[in-house]
Amino acid sequence: MAEITKIATRDSYGNALKELGATCDNLVVLDADLAGATKTATFQKAFPDRHFDCGIAEANMINVAAGLSTMGLVPFAATFAMFAAGRAYEQVRNTLGYPHLNVKIGATHGGISVGEDGASHQCCEDFALMRTIPGMTVMCPSDDIEAKAMVKAAYEMEGPVYMRFGRAATPVFHKEDYKFTIGKGEVLHEGTDVAIIANGIMVPEAIDACEQLEKDGVSVYLINMPTIKPLDEPLVLDAAKKCGRIVTVEEHNIIGGLGEAVAGYLSEVHPTPVKRIGVGDEFGHSGPAGELLKAFGLCAENIVKVTKEFNK
Amino acid sequence: MTASEKKDLQLTAVRVREDILTATHGAKSGHPGGSLSAADMFTYLYFREMRIDPKDPKKDDRDRFVLSKGHTAPGLYSALAIRGYFPEEDLANLRHTDSYLQGHPNMNTVPGIDMSTGSLGQGLSAAAGMAKGAKYLGKDINVYSLLGDGELAEGQIWEATMFAAHYSLDNLCIIVDKNGLQIDGWTKDVMNTDPVDEKFKSFGCDVICINGHDFDEIEKAFDRFHKNHGSGKPTCIIMSTTKGKGVSYMENQAGWHGKAPNDDEYKQGMEELAAARKAIEEA
Repeated sequence: MAEITKIATRDSYGNALKELGATCDNLVVLDADLAGATKTATFQKAFPDRHFDCGIAEANMINVAAGLSTMGLVPFAATFAMFAAGRAYEQVRNTLGYPHLNVKIGATHGGISVGEDGASHQCCEDFALMRTIPGMTVMCPSDDIEAKAMVKAAYEMEGPVYMRFGRAATPVFHKEDYKFTIGKGEVLHEGTDVAIIANGIMVPEAIDACEQLEKDGVSVYLINMPTIKPLDEPLVLDAAKKCGRIVTVEEHNIIGGLGEAVAGYLSEVHPTPVKRIGVGDEFGHSGPAGELLKAFGLCAENIVKVTKEFNK
Repeated sequence: MTASEKKDLQLTAVRVREDILTATHGAKSGHPGGSLSAADMFTYLYFREMRIDPKDPKKDDRDRFVLSKGHTAPGLYSALAIRGYFPEEDLANLRHTDSYLQGHPNMNTVPGIDMSTGSLGQGLSAAAGMAKGAKYLGKDINVYSLLGDGELAEGQIWEATMFAAHYSLDNLCIIVDKNGLQIDGWTKDVMNTDPVDEKFKSFGCDVICINGHDFDEIEKAFDRFHKNHGSGKPTCIIMSTTKGKGVSYMENQAGWHGKAPNDDEYKQGMEELAAARKAIEEA
């Protein structure tokens, strides 16, 4: 890739909140003793009176956000994906999702790229948990520019939103003029042999894989799918019709995530073979993020390998 | 309050209790026991305490109420209906397939409901969020939340109370309906939540213990809540009550936590409440 600047999307989250805060008076931010790690401390420094730390009590934080939203405020609640989608699942389901309240969850430290902290903090189940909640918008940005646009779009829409950001720095490949729309995928490369649909930090890996595959004579239709729900069904259908086979790539358990969303949709409208690349039915473990991603096959090399086998 | 005002409240509370029986009888399910124990509190809140307007249920600066013990929706719905939020005759359709009166409070279908609740332990956090929001916005809004004593076993209640004290939410009034019973039996046997008063005190609340069936004591407790404004302390009213209050065969019976009266039981209950009304009128 030509662009080598790397920024973690959690940093993008904090910066986007600070930028929005300057003009959006009703935006408030909640944390559960992780403002430094979720990068909302950036917002906190600029707007201390609009940042409410809830202490290590995520369940309470989510429902406090629910209450705040009914007063006309737009709360962004931040914590690790494990605690936002995991520990507070039922609070999100019953007191945000059911009443469809205007609360935005900014979940950082998603996936195994959390690294050394190990399995207890590597949430690979959040897409699955959040997409089963009716009316929930579920997203995961692929780089800094998309992440900042996503935070702004989340603020501007009405209703509950779950956004997953990463801990590790990831290449910035979008241009500044990139137009992001909730529920829309982005075509990064046109092709006809196989479609690769990726999201989050897997997108730069998929871009590298795409270059290699093209060199090796495989025509790739490459899609960045930042919104897992609502899924960009027309684009998925288009990819299925053009290529006849689809590879999905996500830093998430292959159960319940982007891959299943794509496969589930296609199996009903246009049955198409789908190969899911993601974390298998297992927990992560400690290690540097880069090493872990390779170990779990979440890298360009493995995408190339799997796609070639699938394309035979 | 004058004797006549008190009499009006007592008569309204009888009507709330009748409606609780009618609603749960019509639903053939629901939770009469904890609705009846809180009937006097529902009455006082909606007929004397809260600054609300049934003609404008979403009015910006209204006081808020969150029923953290959401299963006692029949009690809250009855008070709302009598207060004029929706037709009282709709109560008989509680929990029916085509009814807007859901088994647990739904803020998007029922006029006057400020927060959807039902999963125990969550309502108080939402109420604390409302109180924090009111403070942040500089609005004079009181937020009330009613909890069960069994519900206090939920850890989130204590997360919320800690939050309320930490952020000096003296516009938040926590009310505990201490009827001593929960589904599996006496609270002291299932999971002892006592000493409730000491717990809330140590979490930073001004605690007031009252008889939850005595309107004079309820009034005094709310007077103190109003005086607490500016103190930085949330108020916690712990009201001793009788589960199933007003219907003899339901009183102090855990079995009436979540069971509807059959036709005969309904008839008997309504007769008892009619007698109670007559006694109040003739007093």
